[in-house]
Amino acid sequence: MTDPQLKETVLRVLRQIAPEADPAALLPEENIREALDLDSYDFLQFLIAISEETGVEIPEADYQKTFTLAGLFNYLSAALSKKPF
Amino acid sequence: MGEFRMPSLGADMEAGTLVGWMVKQGDRVRRGDIIATVETQKGLFEVENYEEGVVQELLVQPGTEVPVGTVLATLTSEGIAPPAIPAVAQPVAATEPAVKPAPAPPPPQPALSPQKRLPVSPSARKLAAELGVELGAIRGTGPHGAVQRADVERAAQEKKGAVPTQVPPAAEKPPVVDYHSGMRQAIAAAMSRSNREIPHYYLETAIDMTAALRWLEGGNQRRSIKERILPAVLLLKAVARALAEVPELNGLWIDNRHQVQESVNIGFAISLRQGGLIAPAIHNVDLLSLEELMAATCDLIARTRSGHLRSSEMTDATITVTNLGDLGVNTVYGVIYPPQVALVGFGRISERPWAENGMLGVRRVVTATLSADHRATDGHRGSLFLEALNRHLQDPEKL
Repeated sequence: MTDPQLKETVLRVLRQIAPEADPAALLPEENIREALDLDSYDFLQFLIAISEETGVEIPEADYQKTFTLAGLFNYLSAALSKKPF
Repeated sequence: MGEFRMPSLGADMEAGTLVGWMVKQGDRVRRGDIIATVETQKGLFEVENYEEGVVQELLVQPGTEVPVGTVLATLTSEGIAPPAIPAVAQPVAATEPAVKPAPAPPPPQPALSPQKRLPVSPSARKLAAELGVELGAIRGTGPHGAVQRADVERAAQEKKGAVPTQVPPAAEKPPVVDYHSGMRQAIAAAMSRSNREIPHYYLETAIDMTAALRWLEGGNQRRSIKERILPAVLLLKAVARALAEVPELNGLWIDNRHQVQESVNIGFAISLRQGGLIAPAIHNVDLLSLEELMAATCDLIARTRSGHLRSSEMTDATITVTNLGDLGVNTVYGVIYPPQVALVGFGRISERPWAENGMLGVRRVVTATLSADHRATDGHRGSLFLEALNRHLQDPEKL
């Protein structure tokens, strides 16, 4: 999965979960949950969908690395580059 | 001979609009079957049947608004669960024991279960709910097969064509409800009544969640992401456990009388993204394991947001829990939902200084509040409840 694909995936999933918000307007360092008003259930659904779409396992201890778009992209890219294909 | 009436789906519902029939004349219906969908100020609900029988006549046309209590259909009773007449009868699944009308287990919701989410645009989701179209049955034409508004409209048209005239689809007369003002009106009515009638008292306590969260995180390490349990589930279960010790908080105040309830059905306050909130009941929380409670909670949230709540979930709550989650404020003083007599509130779980055994440390702490009806209980019992809640949360493996 390329970087633009990854970004498109993340934004698409966010649009499903927070339909009335505009995820594309999120700043890279902005806290996703605060900006889009996601509760813990929404955020869990978000991570489940991201995990399914990218194949990256996200342990609970790593959730805090996924709170911003920049953090999430870094985390996913790093995990994907380690995956043997 | 039985009657199926417009139910009251909440303390202040006066009327509802019949949106569609899920049965037709001659159908055999059992307890727990969904036989109609009804729209109220709070949204769209699936109404369950409480009587065994055969539908004799549908008296109200979809699209009609009628007062609570209006007879919508008549049923003929055919004795108590005899074996179905072999040749003609509708196929009937295993007959339920006639002893207790236990709520039917939630049917799978393919469109929205967290396991398998269909791509549906939010406005399509809303439209589908308005038109009474099942999302799972729609073929999406958007990117990645996403269901869009146009797909919903087409499905509604097809449905209109296919359905015999005796059951006109909801699309013909979409109930005209201004959702936002309706929701606000419903909340305004219930909360005004609460403040007018219920002499509230409030108690609060800080609970050290460190041990409970550590235990939960240990368990979650072994679970796949879909099976992980949220802290809110621990809180719900601990409330149910504490209610077993102070059962008078689990009750209703009806006809100037305190009626303690046996089943612990927790109304779980769910805020809606479009505004407003609903507190549908999770049934028998005391009997569910944490895994079952997590699944039930996720299912309830998904159905609340998609307009698939059942009537029993709107009527059966015996207490409400409001959990403002892990963002935001520390403390919530709730307004009791009549005719209930208590509401338990949880603020954000956050790191705070904590003094214990002469030492000052940092712990993860939640502030739990109890709003209770002084007609039904006194502060002493309320305080015993919060103490019990704390004790159960210090012993999470027994939850």
